[in-house]
Formats: sequence, structure tokens, C-alpha cells
Amino acid sequence: MSVVFWKELADHFSSRRFMILLAIIVLTGVWAIYASGQSIRQEAESAPAEFVFLLLLTSQSGGLFSFATFLGLLGPLVGIMLGFDAISGEYARGTLSRVLSQPIYRDSLINGKFIAGLTTVAILWASVLLLVIGLGIVLVGFPPNAEELWRMLIFTVVGILYVGFWLALALLFSLLFQRTVTAALGSLALWLFLTIFAPLIAQLAAALIVPDPSTPEGVVRQVDIANMFSRISPSTLYAETVQIVLNPLARGLGMVLAEQTQGFQLTPLALSQSLLLILPQLTTLIALVAVCFCISYIKFMRTEIRA
Amino acid sequence: MSAVVETSRLTKRYRDLVAVNDLNLKVEEGEIFGFLGPNGAGKTTTILMLLGLTEPASGQAKVCGFDPTHQPLEVKKRVGYLPENPGFYDDLSGQENLFYIARLNRIPTDEARRRITRLLEQIGLGDDGERAVREYSRGMKQRLGIAEVLIKEPQALILDEPTLGLDPDGASRILDLITGLSRERGLTVLLSSHMLHQVQQMCHRVGIIVKGKMIAQGQVDQLGSAVFKERQWNFLVEVEGRVDGLESELRALHGVAGLEARNRGWFLRCTRDVRPEVLSLVSRRGLSLLQLRSEDTTLEDIYLKYFREA
Repeated sequence: MSVVFWKELADHFSSRRFMILLAIIVLTGVWAIYASGQSIRQEAESAPAEFVFLLLLTSQSGGLFSFATFLGLLGPLVGIMLGFDAISGEYARGTLSRVLSQPIYRDSLINGKFIAGLTTVAILWASVLLLVIGLGIVLVGFPPNAEELWRMLIFTVVGILYVGFWLALALLFSLLFQRTVTAALGSLALWLFLTIFAPLIAQLAAALIVPDPSTPEGVVRQVDIANMFSRISPSTLYAETVQIVLNPLARGLGMVLAEQTQGFQLTPLALSQSLLLILPQLTTLIALVAVCFCISYIKFMRTEIRA
Repeated sequence: MSAVVETSRLTKRYRDLVAVNDLNLKVEEGEIFGFLGPNGAGKTTTILMLLGLTEPASGQAKVCGFDPTHQPLEVKKRVGYLPENPGFYDDLSGQENLFYIARLNRIPTDEARRRITRLLEQIGLGDDGERAVREYSRGMKQRLGIAEVLIKEPQALILDEPTLGLDPDGASRILDLITGLSRERGLTVLLSSHMLHQVQQMCHRVGIIVKGKMIAQGQVDQLGSAVFKERQWNFLVEVEGRVDGLESELRALHGVAGLEARNRGWFLRCTRDVRPEVLSLVSRRGLSLLQLRSEDTTLEDIYLKYFREA
């Protein structure tokens, strides 16, 4: 397996595709951080905020999107780009039967490919985050504290997991469709559906189940149901997780009425408490990656390899 | 001598289609076995089963003494397989492609380097090893494929249509390479093809498969006599001069079973040697004989006969 792994890793890092992805991510990342950094500096003079570094990642006051949103948007693209031709590409080049007629176990090919993809993503994400921290120190003028570092680390791991899901999905599609283009378009279509249409459909479904949200209870119920439905989509899971991890002040994910928070003093949550809040999302995300990969694995082990 | 490849009642079904039907195949050590058949006859499917790349519905196969369904790795260690239209990683050079395969075979780096240099030299790509495979011609890729199956120093080669899509010169270079290798290293070779002429020249034995069934197996000349129950005498007669009426006289000769007009003469299928009669007939009519040639049954005749019957 390690032979396949190293070859795939080398292929990823020397491919033009990877260079383009790297350029896009670095450019948008730097721009987002710079924009939010500027605005934070202005605000900080009046009221210095706690957790400035986390604010740097989540504030969208300067630009169009915050850095965290950007990574959430680009992540699936990275996953799909790295995975969509994993198997179908070998098929198209006619190399699959040649490689599989070598004395290796069949699963070492798919395992090697998946782990190489995941490693590529991990290296990419880690380097982008380091870049951001460096840039942040320059912009803000002081280093992040331990709590912030931990939260950023978790943010990175969750990001890698999320991209891992799309990688596994693209891998599955590259197995199901023998044509590379179909595999790429299929995964992109699913991405669009899960990210853009799934929340809309969730709201529609909630409106059907609770048709009359005239009471406050009704409103809360409707929002809760919509949230439940939209959590089918890994994009929602990721967004919610990031929202809690990067914002210690966040209390929960459901809707909170103004009456409920009256008399509350908003203090930041401890890291462990924040983690507790997102535990379901995190486990679901991991499960989704595992399920996706397992389907590909089983399918790959059973297909007949024709030249 | 022992059988390197042996199958008994090997069968593969795809839903209601029987791709390979009760196939019995035996390839002895050191021989070149030609596996012939039209497209879709089940050649590739059989080969995939021999390598454990697909599972048989029923029946048994043994390759180098191992069952490919249950011990595919042992088989793949010992057998080099060149698929139809082998593909390579286009961005990598010929050397790098070979190196990857060498590493998948767990060949130590130094040893792999030595073998790659030697093999590239042997197949005539010594100067092109560092070029990207993208720039290779079809024939070069095919030769690189041969080098690739040899890198693990196999006991047997299984080559699926090694000459497909090559020009006659390229095809005969590949086949010469294979023949040479088999003789030099005592390699057992199973090759599927429909290039009948070359196969006839290079194979020790052939098997003909049509619609999943092995319909004939043996040495080429034996196959001929099996197909055409009694020995056939075929002659080509070409004459010059006034030929009108000659055709019916030829047909009337005792022993001439069939007659086909060719460009400048006739092709005679006979049950005995009619050459003396033909000669005297020609001289009696005062014609000059351009040629009188005996034509043996070729593999193509055998092949066509089987195709039509199946």
C-alpha cells in the first residue's frame, strides 16, 4: 500500500490541478484575513475584543465572506478535484488492469489512493492555517493564546474531515461512473444540491409539517425541524461545527428567543463545553466519511477489472 | 514437462450470457500457446479468470500450481500479464512507469534499476527510457508493455492481443521478441490473437475458442487434419494462352472436388494428387504453364471453417 500511497502523493503534489487549488486557496485566504484584519484593527481601538484571532477567521466585516466560510466553500471543490478521477482515470488510461495484475492486494490500491488524497488535504489545510496565523500576528500585533490555538487546530481537523467526505464521495463516483467527466459532474451536482438546495428543501419540509407558525412555540418547532432536515447535508454539519468551534460565545445551534436570554451574562464557553455541543455533528461527519469510503471499498473489491 | 496453465470445465456467466463455457485448457511448460478466436469469444474473460481478476462461475483453474481465485497473489507473482491496449501513466517516463511496477513487485531499488536498463535495451527503447510515455508511438508502448511484464522475471507470460493495432512490421517485431524470450528463458507464453499467420509460425500449439467453447486444441498441422477429415490437396494453376474450355476440362479430371477461378488461373480442391494430369492437359492444349503450386491448409482455413460451423 505504501508504494501506491507515495506515488499518488507525488502525483498530487506535482499535478497542475494541485497548483491551481493551492493558488486559489492561498489567495482567497490571504485576502479574507487581510480584509477582516483591517476592520478588526479599527474596531479594536474602541473596544478590544476577546479572542481576536478567532474573530479574524470568522469576521466577514471586511470582505465578502469570512475565511472560515471560504474554506467551507472551497473544501468540497478540493476534495472533488483530488478524487474524481482516482479510479475512472486509471480506467481511462488502461492502467488499472496492469496495476492490479501485480502481486498487490486489491484494496491496497484504493486505500493508498484515499489516504494519499487525505494527506494532501491535511498538508494543504495545515499550511494554510499556519500562513493565516503568521499573517494574523503581523496584522494584530500579538500571538494567539492557547485556547485560540486549540480551537484553530480543531477547526483544521474538522475541515480536513469535511474535505475527506467529499474526497470519499468523489472516489465513490469515480468508481460508479467509468467516465471521468461523469464522475466529476456527478460529484459537483451533489455538492450543489447538498449545499444550496438541501437547506431550502428542509425549510419547505418544515413548513409542510408545521403549517402555522403563529405561536412562538410553532416558530421554534418549525426552525428546529428545518435544522434537523438540513443536517442530512454534510455542509450544514460542517457549518454548525465551525460556528461553535470558532465562537466561544455561541451557546447552541437551535433558535433562541430574546426572552430566553434576558438577564444572561454572555461569557465564553470552555473548549470542552463547545466540543460537547458539536459532538453529534462531529460524529456524523466522521460516520459519513466512513460510510462513503466503505461503499467504494466494497464496490471496488467486487468489480471485474477489464482492460 | 508439467502444465503451467490448466483449466477444467471453467465457466463464466454474465446474467444469461455464457461467456466461457466448460473450458479445458492446458499449456505446458516452455511452450508458446496461441489462443485464437473472434471478438467476444471469451478469450479475455478466460485470461481474467486465470489471473484472479474475475471469479469463475464454476470449474477450476490452476496457474503455476496455484488457484487464481483463492491465491491470486501467488499467481500474480509468477505470471506477467499484458492486457489488451495496455495503458501507462502518460506524465511519467518509460523508466518511471517500469519503476512503479517494480516497486509494486517489491523488487529492491538497485536490482530494479539494473533490470530496467537491461530490459529497455533489450526491447529497443534504450534511448527513449527517459522520455514521457505521452510521446511514445503505439508500437513503443506495446514494447514497453513487454518490458513491464518481464520486470518481475515471471515463469509465464499471458499476453492479450499483443499485436493489436500495430503495423505488420511492428507486429512481427513484437512476436520475434516474444519468441526469442521464450526460447532464451524457457518462458511459457499464452497469447491471444487473431493475427493468424504469425501465430501459425510462432506457436507450438493453438486453441480455438468460439462463443465460449474451446472447439479445437492442438498443433497446427494436427488441427488441419482433424478439420478436414481426409487429406486435402490444394493446387493453384496458372496458365497463359487460349484458355477457353480449359476450366470444364479441369473440372472433369478425376479427383478434382472443387474449382475456383482466380486472377489468371484456378484454385483446385482435390482428393488426390492431380498434378500429372493437369500437366499433361496443359501441354496437350499447347498452353504455357506459369505455375502449378500446392497450397497447404492454413490456420486461416481451419479458423474460417470453425467460425462458419459455430
